[in-house]
Amino acid sequence: MILVDKNTKVLVQGITGREATFHTQRCIEFGTNVVAGVTPGKGGLRWEEEVPVFNSVTQAKEESGANASLIFVPAPFAFDAIVEAADAGIKLVVCITEYIPALDELKLQYHLRSTSTTLIGPNCPGIISPPGKCKMGIMPGYIHKPGNVGVVSRSGTLTYEVVAQLTEQSLGQSTCVGLGGDPLPGSNFVAILKLFQEDPETKAVVLIGEIGGTTEQEAAEFIEKQMTKPVIAYVAGSSAPAGKRMGHAGAIITGSASKASKKMESLAAAGATVTDNFAQIGFLTKEVLGSQK
Amino acid sequence: MIKTAGEAREAARQIGGRVVIKAQIHGGGRGKAGGIKVAETPEEAAQIAGDLLGTRLTTHQTGPEGLPVNTVLVEEAIQVEKELYLGVLIDTSTQALVMIASEAGGVEIEDIATRSPQRILKQYVNLVTGLLPYQTRILAYRMNLPGESVRTATEIMTGIYRLFMEKDCSLVEINPLVITKDGKLLALDCKVNFDDNALPRHQDMAQLRDSSQEDPLEVKASEIGVNYVKIGGNVGCLVNGAGLAMATMDMIKLAGGEPANFLDVGGSASEEQVANALRILLTDARVRSAWINVFGGILRCDVVARALEQVLKEREVKVPFIVRMNGTNLKEAMQILKESRLNITFEADLVRAAEMAVTMAK
Repeated sequence: MILVDKNTKVLVQGITGREATFHTQRCIEFGTNVVAGVTPGKGGLRWEEEVPVFNSVTQAKEESGANASLIFVPAPFAFDAIVEAADAGIKLVVCITEYIPALDELKLQYHLRSTSTTLIGPNCPGIISPPGKCKMGIMPGYIHKPGNVGVVSRSGTLTYEVVAQLTEQSLGQSTCVGLGGDPLPGSNFVAILKLFQEDPETKAVVLIGEIGGTTEQEAAEFIEKQMTKPVIAYVAGSSAPAGKRMGHAGAIITGSASKASKKMESLAAAGATVTDNFAQIGFLTKEVLGSQK
Repeated sequence: MIKTAGEAREAARQIGGRVVIKAQIHGGGRGKAGGIKVAETPEEAAQIAGDLLGTRLTTHQTGPEGLPVNTVLVEEAIQVEKELYLGVLIDTSTQALVMIASEAGGVEIEDIATRSPQRILKQYVNLVTGLLPYQTRILAYRMNLPGESVRTATEIMTGIYRLFMEKDCSLVEINPLVITKDGKLLALDCKVNFDDNALPRHQDMAQLRDSSQEDPLEVKASEIGVNYVKIGGNVGCLVNGAGLAMATMDMIKLAGGEPANFLDVGGSASEEQVANALRILLTDARVRSAWINVFGGILRCDVVARALEQVLKEREVKVPFIVRMNGTNLKEAMQILKESRLNITFEADLVRAAEMAVTMAK
């Protein structure tokens, strides 16, 4: 498993909000060790009469030993919240919040390079590791199953579909990472593929891309040069017209490289098993893993 | 900015001599589509403006229905020596802000970017220092500008960079930037895109929105908080999540059909939002069948089922519905739809659901 495991001590920024409360409860049910919450002005309270709430991330980290942060604060305050977590020395930050302006995300990239923080998201479903019993995100926990397939994706519900297919084929997951649908996500395919390649528990990786940008091409280059584990890939949006934004801010065809067909070509040329039919992913993964033995 | 033929005549008279009339729409490729014309006299300017105003202009960027021409721009016809290009945008692959310049501007800039990328000049901007004067000079000299134009060019570059940063743009583009026969540097056309996510902090920009330049169904969808894009086929779909919505369209295409739309109701829509989204989907007269593909999470399946029941009971709907759901409260949803006795087909399998939706549209 990668990024999270049973030793991950999670703090939740914006924990007292309605959605944050709902999702934090689901995370705890899955087994996540939520040690603290942060809501400025509500320090000293206990969330749901249990988790201590602090006014700042620094204080929360000092008193609870938190090493990861899950962020639910609304878009106008999310930039500040991410930087606060990074500056407090939190190593892993998962930001669920959507609608963060692109220029703020660009500033984040600059700032995070000077820290040792990994940011997943924003505008993402989060991370889940069934064997690590840790869920930092909003995905439905019950569709997952511990196992050896790593999943990395730019979308949310499409990932749940794929995970449900894997579970149906009795293929469990080591870790599933949702990178998010923005044009400037904190992490990318290459960074996560690298971690899966090094992770002894991961035997194969499912990659779910979409139109827009060139991050799938960069992934293809990494797969070709450095990946020995099999990768099964699908890129959503073959039927999308150019110049129209498909829901996600990052999902827009602006040049030929950002088309789904180009991305799938690159991934196939790099040695990935590529399908243009996402209903086949579970089945294909089983086949690929079967031929490995 | 001109809205009547009479105003165009007056503007041309004031400018004097040859003028250019340009249709103002939110789309490129206007020249090739007949949206940019030259007039020798004020009378001719009035004639051309009158012909353009009130029509719809279709270019390769507007879709088959085109966009309404409500205003035209009348400007002096410039004797152009050379067309150049300037732009600021965020390069997502290097994750950096970049100023782009090219000596080869004009209508073919996209082709040049693919065919001869070496003719596209770039200067990456560090957010700490901002765009520096030396960077604008490098670009100006490499564009082979005549000496006296270098200073103007650097000022234009600094200006569009400032606009980009101050107004949270996603693109600022001057194309063409021209050198005139008498050696002047002029910006002849400009395109500015704003970052939707940043509009809440730029109310002045939000007010500039011109809904007449957008598909009416797309405008309605954005008002109720769902993402709808008209695609043009006859198989409608309603999905939760952008990635799954794209994948659903892909499945329709694989099954031999044409998707009518992209429709993402989002992860946590209410019953009312889903119902309104369904009404939008059904407003498209081309839709012959509709596929609901939902992976219930925070948006529960029973909420979608209730919305569907509500819409199908309020009016006579001839369009057959194929429902494929999975996840939270699936059983409750099936129960609701079963008891409703409506024209709905359940299909749990993705591939079969896609095939049914396509067959029923034929």
